[in-house]
Amino acid sequence: METISILILAIPLLMFLLLGLTGMKMSHRTAGVLGCLGMGTVLVLSYYTALSYFFSGCPQFVDEAGQRLQVVLWNSTWMQFTETLVIKLGFLLDPISALMLIVIPTISFMVHLYSMGYMRDHHGVYEHGFQRFYAFLSLFSFSMLGLVVATNIFQMYIFWELVGASSYLLIGFYYTKPSAVSASKKAFIVTRFADLGFLIGILVLSYFTGIFDFMSLTSAPVEGMDGVYHVSEQTALGIRSIFENSAVPVFMGASVLTWALVLIFMGGMGKSAMLPLHIWLPDAMEGPTPVSALIHAATMVVAGVYLVARLFPLYLMETAALDFIVVVGALTALYAAMVACTQVDIKRVLAFSTISQIAFMMVSLGVARPEVHHGVGYMAGMFHLFTHAMFKALLFLCAGALIHAIGSNDYTAMHGLRKYMPVTHVTFLIGCLAIAGIIPFAGFFSKDEILTACFGNSIVWYVWMSFVAGLTAFYMFRLYYLIFWWKEHKVADAHHTPHDQPWTMTLPLVILAVVSCVAGFVPFGTLVTWNGEPMFAYDGVFTNFQHLDWSVASISLLVAIVAIAIATAMYKKENPLPAEMRQAMPRLWNWAYHRFYWDELYMWVTHRVIFDKICRPIAWFDRHIIDGTMDGFARVTQWASVAIRPLQSGHVQMYVWYYLIGALLLGAVTWVCLL
Amino acid sequence: MIFSNILIYFVVIPLLMLGLLFLCRNMKQIRTVAVIGSTALLALSVYLIVDFLELRAAGNTDIMLYQASWMWFEPLNIHLAVGVDGISVAMILLSSIIVFAGTFASWKITPLPKDFFLWLILLSTGVFGFFISIDLFTMFMFYEVALIPMYLLIGLWGTGRKEYSAMKLTLMLMGGSAFLMLGILGIYYHSGPDGHLTMNILEISANNNISHGWQYFLFPITFVGFGVLGAMFPFHTWSPDGHASAPTAVSMLHAGVLMKLGGYGCFRVAIFLMPFAANELAWIFLILTGVSVVYGAFSACVQTDLKYINAYSSVSHCGLVLFAILMLNTTAMTGAVLQMLSHGLMTALFFALIGMIYGRTHTRDIRLMGGLMKIMPFLAVCYVIAGMASLGLPGLSGFVAEMTIFVGSFQNDDMFHRVFTIIACCSIVITAVYILRVVGKLLFGPVQDKHHLELTDATWWERLSAVTLIVCVAGIGCFPNWINEIIRESFMPIIEVLTK
Repeated sequence: METISILILAIPLLMFLLLGLTGMKMSHRTAGVLGCLGMGTVLVLSYYTALSYFFSGCPQFVDEAGQRLQVVLWNSTWMQFTETLVIKLGFLLDPISALMLIVIPTISFMVHLYSMGYMRDHHGVYEHGFQRFYAFLSLFSFSMLGLVVATNIFQMYIFWELVGASSYLLIGFYYTKPSAVSASKKAFIVTRFADLGFLIGILVLSYFTGIFDFMSLTSAPVEGMDGVYHVSEQTALGIRSIFENSAVPVFMGASVLTWALVLIFMGGMGKSAMLPLHIWLPDAMEGPTPVSALIHAATMVVAGVYLVARLFPLYLMETAALDFIVVVGALTALYAAMVACTQVDIKRVLAFSTISQIAFMMVSLGVARPEVHHGVGYMAGMFHLFTHAMFKALLFLCAGALIHAIGSNDYTAMHGLRKYMPVTHVTFLIGCLAIAGIIPFAGFFSKDEILTACFGNSIVWYVWMSFVAGLTAFYMFRLYYLIFWWKEHKVADAHHTPHDQPWTMTLPLVILAVVSCVAGFVPFGTLVTWNGEPMFAYDGVFTNFQHLDWSVASISLLVAIVAIAIATAMYKKENPLPAEMRQAMPRLWNWAYHRFYWDELYMWVTHRVIFDKICRPIAWFDRHIIDGTMDGFARVTQWASVAIRPLQSGHVQMYVWYYLIGALLLGAVTWVCLL
Repeated sequence: MIFSNILIYFVVIPLLMLGLLFLCRNMKQIRTVAVIGSTALLALSVYLIVDFLELRAAGNTDIMLYQASWMWFEPLNIHLAVGVDGISVAMILLSSIIVFAGTFASWKITPLPKDFFLWLILLSTGVFGFFISIDLFTMFMFYEVALIPMYLLIGLWGTGRKEYSAMKLTLMLMGGSAFLMLGILGIYYHSGPDGHLTMNILEISANNNISHGWQYFLFPITFVGFGVLGAMFPFHTWSPDGHASAPTAVSMLHAGVLMKLGGYGCFRVAIFLMPFAANELAWIFLILTGVSVVYGAFSACVQTDLKYINAYSSVSHCGLVLFAILMLNTTAMTGAVLQMLSHGLMTALFFALIGMIYGRTHTRDIRLMGGLMKIMPFLAVCYVIAGMASLGLPGLSGFVAEMTIFVGSFQNDDMFHRVFTIIACCSIVITAVYILRVVGKLLFGPVQDKHHLELTDATWWERLSAVTLIVCVAGIGCFPNWINEIIRESFMPIIEVLTK
């Protein structure tokens, strides 16, 4: 198991180095095939690891009482700061990292395969930089896998930065396009700003506790086994008491632990595009579509959710921090869903939908409490992470197929494509049904659990999130109808009619569509829970059905169906209803269309305030005041020397005069002093 | 016998090179001498670090290894005293790497290649001499040997307002030296009880004879004296002009090594010899350096000349070096030395690349260039790597250094230190802003100038120069712990006198 786990990280890294250093010497095809083979191997190895973690029943993975344990497969010192503050690089296997070991390689492999078809034009010519693309994909896969298996918070931070950098490189893949360059820059800087919070959070946490390691923060070792731990509230309580007994337990009205946790969460807000740090994600759609599917829908953007889940026992100690997460998540969910209803760019709709769905996961973690249904919120958040990764990657890959066929992101150029692209049509519809939460597609089960968790916490969040779920169904079907139905479109380009894609692109679509149909049946309650104890016993394929809370489920189903019905009425055929709706609430529509002017606000702050009011004055001050002073010294010296130069004129008569005057003055002074 | 000491060869080899260079008649011979000499230095410093580690592993716990001392001027008790600890070994390795890379970066220097290399080698003699000496007088002498050639190198081979810049740089650094001279004399006259005066750092520290009152006076002036070379705010303004005018190899050596002399002197002389005043007065300089970290970064955001951007970025990064030294704890100070190494390698890489780009496009104004990634992919990729190192991407050296500094600085118990640590942390965002701004404008986007389309990518010597530096940057970034441990244990004596 140890060798396998090393290989899971080593293969993508080696693939990155290989393709990055020698890719230009290879043919495009070789590079692509190598990349796919590498990722395929990782897929097999990590499936083996994850499945044996969940199902082998080894005593190091699950104890007699059925509690799933945390196993550190290996952990080696990378950098030593003090005796206890050590950055290690290791591999932690526990329910959530095993879950991610399934999600990341699956989506990554699908994207690797899909890109073999996507990254070429209609004549089958590979795009410029194809090898580089695969190198970056490998780098990203390596970083993301390293992030989820981190054994300590600093390892997570290291890989956190690396995923940010690979995201930067991939968004800016078309580097000659100015919009792609500025989008990549924006993504990096916004997430960097969030990471500053993360870093300070780590500093605060490590200063008080003296440790980086997750196991010492949230778990207790299992006796008799080396490197095996179980989640323990006692440890988290111990951490809290360290903070409570410190010299300054409270800082500006909140406990220092809350501050640390909120600051760490800020890192998550950046990566997971929570309000107000969401602005980079819609722009990140400038990257190639497979990248959007992999990084900006399925994996990297859920890193923030993963971070909170990883430190969840600590967050439980400070419910104020959890409440903060709920508020941020709920606002983001609503905001992004409203904006998604108005956008015309297919990828932007999906981007906002991603933001909204991640916010669902955040809310779910935020409302989770162990006393409410065994912490169903935690399980639901992770469940939704899993199902969302599948159906959102599917939707993005479908969008990629459409863009590939039409050559535009704008769905006003698409309308009525169902006849030309049947496979894409069906798979896209499945994705829409899944995200809308129609039984029995994947999204139904996970979203229903989230709503149950909200219901257990507060009726406000339940109503709020149900409304957002309705909006989700509405905007997804609006998108669906506008692309595949609406009015029949006469395709302007006579050279080719849109058609379905080569098998490398179709296969991932079909696989992901099948997964989106069945993923809801995975009995998450028995696999992934906040402390590893199963919530209920596994009882056949329909376990999840038996544990549904039908009072919640039927309402959410009803909401989804009503929303879809409205969307059908408005967008299936060309009709005046959408325009009427727009006129009924012009201001709201306008604000939503302009994404509530967040980008303009940021532009104003960065350009008008930071650049013009801070950077320029400082640069001016440096050149003119500080350097001016230094030059001033030189000028004064020069002036003084010029001023006294005439004294050394070489005229002897003058020297006699100086002598006489000097002698007289001296005499006078002496005389006055003696007097 | 003087030649039985390994350290002395770090001065002897450059001096031999100087002699041989005098005899050279053509470019080929000059290059041969320069390449052989710098390779020998590199090999020697690698050998030194291996041997040093073996001695330490064998249980040698002296503060300085390979110590030797030869009387030079008896009436004043001046010795040529040499000795190295882990920090000096690391700095020597850094210097020889940069001299090596710098040799290849100035492969086609014109005019007067012979004279250029003469002065460059003389400069490196001073640098190596400074890092091996433990006698204040010889230390100061080598320090001056390193500074003076800079005037000629910039004044003759520079670009732009070279005379002005050369004069400014030399005068400001000389001003620092004046402070330093005063400080060294002050230390000397209080170095030992009843007339047993000495210049040897270890002896002065062991004597512990400098009264607290004198420390209050001597600490600030020595710190400022070295701080000028370390680009401490507000004495940093020589740096932008000086770097902008200097030829490539000189910028590399200056930013890569010479600025490190400042930081090195600060803890080796100012803090080690005046620990009481260091504890008492550190906060003043902490404010200055904390400001310069953010200030330099903000200034870099609006510059348009590539060299100015990197000069201001150096102000920010070197500010972080002094900032960390002043935190006066092992982790932060270790971070400071790591940052010196990291900044040295990465800035040398930056200046080398800027020189190579300038050599092709004949402009350093980022507004006039664009899309270089398409035209010269090798140089552009190297530039991106250098940028990523600068903004602290894990896996490259900058991250290791910055994180060590931040974690170490935050370990101080009081609010003042922590607030300043957080202020310094903000630089990671601002650094990202200016680095990505340059990368975006210079390398990405459409090609700005049609004439640039005909330009060629790097030649073999340029590739060698850049790859050497990148390998070192990535080496430290991926496997930081061995160097971290060497440096950490070398700080023990300094921490010991600080906590006494």
